[in-house]
Amino acid sequence: MTSSYGVLSAGNAGFDPATVQFSKYSDSALIPDRSVLFVPGSSAGMLSTAWIYGADLYTFDLEDAVAVREKDSARLLVANALHSPQWRGLRVAVRVNGMDTPFFADDLEAVVRAGAAIIRLPMTHDSHMIEELDRRITAIERACGREVGSTQITAAIESAAGVVKAREIAEASQRMVGLALAGFDYLMDMHAERSRGGTELFYARCAVLHAARASGIACQDVVWGNIGDEEGFVAEAEMVKQLGFDGKSLINPRQIPLLHRVYAPTESELRFARKVVAAAEEAEERGLGVIAVDGKMVDGPIVAIARRTIAYAAGHGAAR
Amino acid sequence: MRITHDAVAGTLESGDVLVRVAPDETLGVSVSTSVEAQYGDVVRKVVATTLAEFGVESGSVIVEDKGALDCTLRARVQAAVARGTDEQIDWPALIGRLP
Repeated sequence: MTSSYGVLSAGNAGFDPATVQFSKYSDSALIPDRSVLFVPGSSAGMLSTAWIYGADLYTFDLEDAVAVREKDSARLLVANALHSPQWRGLRVAVRVNGMDTPFFADDLEAVVRAGAAIIRLPMTHDSHMIEELDRRITAIERACGREVGSTQITAAIESAAGVVKAREIAEASQRMVGLALAGFDYLMDMHAERSRGGTELFYARCAVLHAARASGIACQDVVWGNIGDEEGFVAEAEMVKQLGFDGKSLINPRQIPLLHRVYAPTESELRFARKVVAAAEEAEERGLGVIAVDGKMVDGPIVAIARRTIAYAAGHGAAR
Repeated sequence: MRITHDAVAGTLESGDVLVRVAPDETLGVSVSTSVEAQYGDVVRKVVATTLAEFGVESGSVIVEDKGALDCTLRARVQAAVARGTDEQIDWPALIGRLP
C-alpha cells in the first residue's frame, strides 16, 4: 500500500535517524489535503474560476450538485475543464455518480480519459465496489494509453455498512489514497440527527479515521453545511483536527481560509518543531541515537511530527 | 450529422454560454458574445471547430455567449449537439480531440 505518510510511518517504528532524513521525502508527501472543495460540475462559472480559491484539492462534483437533467452537460463541462489551461497540471478529483446509477459508466469513461487525478466514489459500502472500480479504471487507462495505476481513488463512506467495513475498503486497491466520511446519508442510515456538536458522528469519525490511519491513507471529515455559522465550522474543524483528520470536505470557498487557520501551527509550535529537527539532524551527523530538546527526550514520532509542522508552515503559509 | 430536433445547453449566467440547436436544411450559425470586441473571432472559431469535429452538416445553431472560456464553449456546443441528435458521445474520439 502506498502511504501518504511516509515520514510518519518510518518514524513510528522507533527513532532511527536514517529513516527520517529530510531528503528522503518531499514536502508534498508531508502535507495532506486539508481543504477539499467541491466544485459543482454543472456550474461553468465555478469551473472557470474556482482554482483561485487556494484549496488543497478541488473535487469536481458530478453527483449531488448536478440535477438529473444536467448530468450529460455537466460531464462534458468537467471533461473539457480538466483539459483547460486553468486546471491542466493541477491535481483534481472528480466525484462521479454512484455505481448503481445509469450515469456512472459514462462519468468514469469521460473523466479518467480527461485526466482526473482522483476518482471519488460515493456511497462506498464494501471492498467489492472498490475492486470493481479498480478493474474499470484499469480497462479505461489501458484503452486510452494512460499509465495503468495513475488514477487514484478516494472512497466516500456514507452508510453504517461502509463505516463497519472501512478498513477493507481502504485496503481494497493500490489506488486508494483516502477515505472521506460523508455525514448526511450516514446519519439518515443511522436514523440519527445532525447536531452542532456532532456527537452522533463520533463513532463513525473514529472508525473511519482508524481505518485510514491503519492503511496509511488520508482521511477527510464531513462537510459543514451551515455556511453562515462560521463559529460552528471552526469549532468542528478544531475538534476533527484534534482527532487526527487531515482536513474536511468543503462546499463553500469561504471555509478554506478558516480551515487553513485551524490547521496552521502556532508560532510556539513552529519554534519547537525547528528545535527538534535541528537537534535530530545534529544527532544524525554525530551518530547519536537519543536526543533531548528543552530537557525532554525526543523520539522518532516527535521528529516526524516536527517535520510535518515545518512543512505545513512552509507549504501552507505563515504560522498563526 | 444532422440536428434532428430542438435542444438547448448552457445558461445565460456570467462565464457561461447558451447554445440552441434546431433542425434546418443547411448549416446556419449565429454567434453573439458579450466579449465581441476582444474575443469575438475566437468564440466563432471555437464554435465552428467544435461543430466540425462532430461532423454537423445541417441545422440552426444559435450561440449567446456571456464570456465563457473556450472549454465551456466547447462543452456547451457538444452538449447541445448531442441532445439535438440523440447521438451517444464517443468519449475516446471526443477526449482525443481536446486541445
